[in-house]
Amino acid sequence: MTLDETPRGPAGGGEARRVGAPRSTTRDLERYTGLFARRTQGMKSSAMRDLMAVTAQPEVISLAGGLPDTSTFPAEDFAALMARVAVDSAAAALQYGPTEGLEDLKACIVQVMEAEGMEVEPDELLVTTGGQQVIDLVCKTLLDPGDVVIAEAPTYPGAVPVFGSYQADVVQIEMDADGMRIDLLEAALDRLGAEGRVPKFIYTVPSFQNPGGVTMSLERRRRLVQVAEERELLVLEDNPYGLLRYEGDPQPTLYALDGGRYVIYLGTFSKILSPGLRLGWTAAPRPVLEKMGLGKGGVDLCSSSLSQHFVCTYFAERDWRRYVAGLTELYRRRRDTMLDALAEHFPAEATWTRPEGGLFIWATLPDYIDTTDLLARALRDNVAFVPGRAAYLDGRGGSSMRLNFSGVSEDDIREGVRRIGKVVGEQVALYGTLTGAEPAKARVRVAAPVEEPPNVLPLRRRAQ
Amino acid sequence: MSRVALLKGGRSLERQVSLRSGAQVQDALERLGHDVDVIDVGSDLVDRLEEARADVAFVALHGPGGEDGTVQELLDLVGLPYTGSGPAACIRCMDKVVSKHAMRDAGIPTPDFYSFSETAFRELGAAKALPAIEARLEFPIVVKPAGQGSALGIKFAATAGDVPGALVAAFSYDTRVILERHVAGRDLAVSVIDGPDGPEALPLVEAIPHDDDFYDFEARYEIGRTAFRCPAEVGDVATAAAQDLALAVYRLLGCYGFGRIDLMLDAETEELTVLEANAIPGLTETSLLPQAAEAAGISFDALIERVLDLALARTPA
Repeated sequence: MTLDETPRGPAGGGEARRVGAPRSTTRDLERYTGLFARRTQGMKSSAMRDLMAVTAQPEVISLAGGLPDTSTFPAEDFAALMARVAVDSAAAALQYGPTEGLEDLKACIVQVMEAEGMEVEPDELLVTTGGQQVIDLVCKTLLDPGDVVIAEAPTYPGAVPVFGSYQADVVQIEMDADGMRIDLLEAALDRLGAEGRVPKFIYTVPSFQNPGGVTMSLERRRRLVQVAEERELLVLEDNPYGLLRYEGDPQPTLYALDGGRYVIYLGTFSKILSPGLRLGWTAAPRPVLEKMGLGKGGVDLCSSSLSQHFVCTYFAERDWRRYVAGLTELYRRRRDTMLDALAEHFPAEATWTRPEGGLFIWATLPDYIDTTDLLARALRDNVAFVPGRAAYLDGRGGSSMRLNFSGVSEDDIREGVRRIGKVVGEQVALYGTLTGAEPAKARVRVAAPVEEPPNVLPLRRRAQ
Repeated sequence: MSRVALLKGGRSLERQVSLRSGAQVQDALERLGHDVDVIDVGSDLVDRLEEARADVAFVALHGPGGEDGTVQELLDLVGLPYTGSGPAACIRCMDKVVSKHAMRDAGIPTPDFYSFSETAFRELGAAKALPAIEARLEFPIVVKPAGQGSALGIKFAATAGDVPGALVAAFSYDTRVILERHVAGRDLAVSVIDGPDGPEALPLVEAIPHDDDFYDFEARYEIGRTAFRCPAEVGDVATAAAQDLALAVYRLLGCYGFGRIDLMLDAETEELTVLEANAIPGLTETSLLPQAAEAAGISFDALIERVLDLALARTPA
């Protein structure tokens, strides 16, 4: 189909040359947007997208990513394993596979889940294209427009657009140093119940939460599983980093506590092996799993056979636990470096979490600092982080930031935190000048990602 | 047919918008049969310009660096004609303190305002003057950085307690900020392009956000999240008045080629006030200048061709 195409030859009418597609006029745009589904209204880009375009510049130290360090994976291992895949199973690796995933890969997943104290049968597993696909498939399976989803406050920024695209009504529950406040959860459930609304599921990252960096206590885990059972609610347990623990005792997963009755488990190879493989999985109650499988078939038929064969070969020929142990060592040092740098360079008014594992620290500044604006300022000093608002659906989080330590060298962590600290210090001093407030002397440490909404509202914006 | 160096991207916070403007312009230039050399503006700009051996530069940059006279000064220096306004007009448009003072001096209505530098607060105790300013402007007060082209950093202070935080935010973008009286009303944009008989004001565009209470800046760039009405339905009198004002501002600031003037139509008094002038209006598919041109019967390609011809017609400074 052509849209108002008015072909125009090149000047001089010489040889044919490629010209761009006809430009969309305003009318064309209306024609397209008139066809958009109502749910696309929920597909919003974030205010930070424009800022993030600048963070990609090479001179910027980015503490904004969520990247694991893939540089320590030996290239010769990669080559040898891929050669093995080519020799043993070239045709199969280049072919479509079953939607639910290769049986051999499921055996690897059983091992990984075992390492965190979970028992699972291969037929309770669905292999997915990254853990992210699990969030999408759960929403696809469970949500009608306007359905309620419970999430943590703050929640994983990558889940926000998924919830948005399914037009979920997301209720975010505050956390403290022990993770989601189950008392607040129950109060919210009661409140919703009084309105005749029942959430479809509770989304949680109980271990080393992204972005909060906190871990749910055993007591709360038990209580959450109980609440789910009492009220017959599903829980989506997102556990990408469970094996990346740098201190403290491992906590049982919600899935282990509940035996897979109300808990849908999300796992991934991204953080224990490589995100480039795009392989994750879910273990879920069978009826839910079946629908998710049908949903997945419609989305991509199957996840990459090549990646699945690679992982199977890797598990057969290498010690995956040793690689994870190496990553754990590397990330522990980086976390410690970031914690030290924060203590040295952030002003006394700032607080931050001390994660026992995972990839992120959540720092909270005085409420008069807006971290989206702060990012604009920080970018002038070539350093970036994720503004906290990305982790909320209701405009909160404006004074917080997520800092990543896994994907950045120790030197860059120190320098990046120093630069952010300097800019924050300037803003604290300026605020003091404006209000006569004295800067805080002693550090008050509250390891809880909780904050009040700022009192400064965004204004209707001007056009470009 | 010309060899055109298309300047886009850069490191301003409006990089993303500029990339989209640039892509639209590139398509148009190619359809028009020009030879296009696309340059993502960076530290190698001068070298890239020399390699390009272009006849003319199309500046599709937004925000500091590309829209504030910096790139224009450089292009003057290397002697390459370019689209849009020269350095002086760019500086006047980008710096709201300069443009608002110029408008006020010329008797063009612009919302009351006060501007301050960080130094004024840090070294001259300007904070002491805040209560007096707040009394004169009345709440709510708009606080914005002087020189940010996009809407980033613009805050709305409902009470005196909000003002310091809003100032801290605005100072994230610039060393000077403006406190401005808030005008509640309709959001109008008048695009201006130069023609054989001098500058010509195009039909008005009104931006109407889908969400009434909360309107965020990225909605403007996102297809289907803001309704635009063009021509705006504000009546012939208001339309003519807005166009006259826009032309007056365009001339006052010394713009050339094209520009866009943003105004408010006060909901109560029905008075028009000018908020700001943009030396390089957005050229994305949702931007206002292309919509206005189309309403005036000027296709995007014709618009781009005209802007390019105007660049070639101007003798380099």
